[in-house]
Amino acid sequence: MAREVWITGIGLTSSLGEGLDAHWRAMAEVDQPQPVIDRVRAAPFAFHPMVPLDLDQQIPRKADQRQMEFWQRLGTYTAGLALADAGLVGDNEQLSQTHMVVAAGAGERDADADEGILTGISSAANPENFLNERLSSDLRPTLFLAQLPNLLAGNISIVHKVTGSSRTFLGEEISGVSAVEIVFRRIRAGQGDIFLVGGASVAGRKDMMLQRAIGGTLWAGEPVSVWARPERGGGTVLGSLGAFLVIESRDHAEARGRKPYARIGAVLSQQTRRRPGEAAAAAQRQFDEIAEVGGGGPPPVLSGATGMAQATAEEQGLLAALIDQGRISTVRGSANILGSGIEATFPALMGLGALALSRRGFFRPVDETGFEQPQSETPDRIVATTWGIWRGEGMGVVEAVD
Amino acid sequence: MSQSLQDHRGRPVVAVTGIGVVTSLGEGLDDNWDALTAGKSGIHRINRFPIEHLRTTIAGTIDFIPYAPKTAPALTLATGETATEEAIAMAGIGCPGDFPGQLFTAIPPVEMEWPRRRALFDAANPEIADTYGRMIDIACRTNDDYEYRSTLYGFVAECLAERFGTKGAPISLTTACASGATAIQLGVEAIRRGDSDAALCVGTDCSVTAEAVIRFSLLSALSGANDVPEQASKPFSKDRDGFVIAEGAAALVLESYDAARARGAKILATIRGIAEKADDFHRTRSKPDGSAVIGAIRNTIEDAGIEPDQIDYINAHGTGTPENDKMEAMSLEAVLGERVKQTPISSNKSMIGHTLTAAGAIEAAFSIQTIQTGRIPPTINYRMPDPTIELDVVPNEPRDENVSIVLSNSFGFGGQNACLVISAEPA
Repeated sequence: MAREVWITGIGLTSSLGEGLDAHWRAMAEVDQPQPVIDRVRAAPFAFHPMVPLDLDQQIPRKADQRQMEFWQRLGTYTAGLALADAGLVGDNEQLSQTHMVVAAGAGERDADADEGILTGISSAANPENFLNERLSSDLRPTLFLAQLPNLLAGNISIVHKVTGSSRTFLGEEISGVSAVEIVFRRIRAGQGDIFLVGGASVAGRKDMMLQRAIGGTLWAGEPVSVWARPERGGGTVLGSLGAFLVIESRDHAEARGRKPYARIGAVLSQQTRRRPGEAAAAAQRQFDEIAEVGGGGPPPVLSGATGMAQATAEEQGLLAALIDQGRISTVRGSANILGSGIEATFPALMGLGALALSRRGFFRPVDETGFEQPQSETPDRIVATTWGIWRGEGMGVVEAVD
Repeated sequence: MSQSLQDHRGRPVVAVTGIGVVTSLGEGLDDNWDALTAGKSGIHRINRFPIEHLRTTIAGTIDFIPYAPKTAPALTLATGETATEEAIAMAGIGCPGDFPGQLFTAIPPVEMEWPRRRALFDAANPEIADTYGRMIDIACRTNDDYEYRSTLYGFVAECLAERFGTKGAPISLTTACASGATAIQLGVEAIRRGDSDAALCVGTDCSVTAEAVIRFSLLSALSGANDVPEQASKPFSKDRDGFVIAEGAAALVLESYDAARARGAKILATIRGIAEKADDFHRTRSKPDGSAVIGAIRNTIEDAGIEPDQIDYINAHGTGTPENDKMEAMSLEAVLGERVKQTPISSNKSMIGHTLTAAGAIEAAFSIQTIQTGRIPPTINYRMPDPTIELDVVPNEPRDENVSIVLSNSFGFGGQNACLVISAEPA
């Protein structure tokens, strides 16, 4: 008999605020949720900037803060929120048994050092020698560590004392799906009792935007609903996002007297080649599998649709068909309110789903196209989908625990 | 119906049925093994890029695998493909392009490289003052699909998954210099869970660029013994002064023992124990008391269901940095006690350098070959013993010995400690 898997701690940081109350207020309680958008700093590209964080609250030692750039600080901060929410802070016995899976992107480059090299290299007598000389003198040793993807997990170990084990998954959006999926599978199979899993993404970083720009994936100009973007060429609006979850077996949670936000019913991942129809067919199979898990009314869907033309059109087509068939109630595109958070998207959606179940409600639509409809029933299950900008299709379901 | 083979905890036994290896010593397991047991070094002067102004001018680069364009992701992929092809052919599993299990791939962090960055900057509108803004502006109009794809972290695994037809979404991972071992651990866990009967575990890393060398240099991690490249990597020696950065790849085909037997596959070894322990002391240094490294070793031995004195040979992490080798020796002594002095231990890195993300997978492959052949590869360049490290490092010459249980260690920046216990096929 597979073990029950519970979400018992959620850490969330975004353009809307930090913590569960701030997100519930901004996404569910206000009449008309308003995204927070920076149109200036990365113009012509808008993005959803992180709210200011009082880093001292979660990373008390300045020496630790100095060893990181913002991406690692954001992740370490958000992981701290999740651990506090799960009642683990200071419980070094538990923390030393807690396993960690982080879905990571790259840390920051030193834009000033890069600028100095790029502006000088063309006039250098020997460009390659110039590059070696300047890199040797301009790069800071600490910046290398701030760039390494696994050093987010490393900093979480140092700052928060999570030391059961530490693994870092790579691969953009699907790495966030795989991270939660592997944790789910391991707990069900008895390969560990308690895990910290999640990721962080910083929007507006120009080194990252350059990488996205060369693939033609960025939406320029005023953001519109992801559901309106496919017919206008498609594109993503990035959003700063931190999302960490404490996930544990039911037995383990009960033994330490913790209540769950929700139970994870399933997490499924796939990676198609994205030939027309493939991603939707994969997601259809995933949904059919998930629909067999647990009953209840048609669940609402939290979709991580990025606004890329083909993928978003396909996903919307599938979701519209599922609505017509009465198999799901309605949809929320998380990118409309939070932006696209890459590795952090799926952990955030599973966390938001669990939050909504625990508050016996759902989030309000943020969509001028009318595809997103109000949710009248109190959901007892919520489905999360996350398709990568480039590749990867993931789906999960969280269920209310009575 | 035949009895299924389970381990001491009632889990399916995990067998290795295929191995592929590429290092600076050459392509393929046989060539590598011949060179490794002959005590040859693959370390040489860097000729991929100019070495002016570099404190370290040597490396174990892979210079014989064709690849294009000339970027780290392209070579990392090509080398990973070569190793994977060999492993799958050896295992004789599935059909071409149809591997019956999931892919777990350890990869280095990749990013846009300097030649591309320069080309964008030079072609851009000079009236845009901000350097990155200028490159973003031209990048939007360039729409270079390959550059975009190949600098995504999912690129290498995606290409391997497509080519070899692995099932489900491939997993890309990094645990710094422990990554190769972590890839194997994920595969072992998947088979133990019964997710599938097979898993493909790959570690590949060909990321030696000028910037990478400089970055590791700035952390004082690299040997500066440039004069005789073959002699620079000297793990456990008193005069060790850092690791030698290197490239390589290894692939392992894992299967449930029962499934492998049922299809008549040759079983090379079993992965008997796996475990990790994260360190919370420092970003690049281990806890002075060694408790995290000790914890990883102890947990692995416990997971394998053996006693420490059953270990016949230790394939060391053995980077050749002053700190690592001391810490590894101390931690092994804490777990194995006095017996550690009689247990042969050697560092493949003395010959192939530190292949970073690939190291754990490559060294697992060589550990299996040690069991298969009964020959322990030496630790070369061991001319000046360190009196504080009392280990039998199999100095300079290979040794023939019956080996049925190997402990393979992998440690990395960021508090990563991952170990494997690899064992001969159960009698």
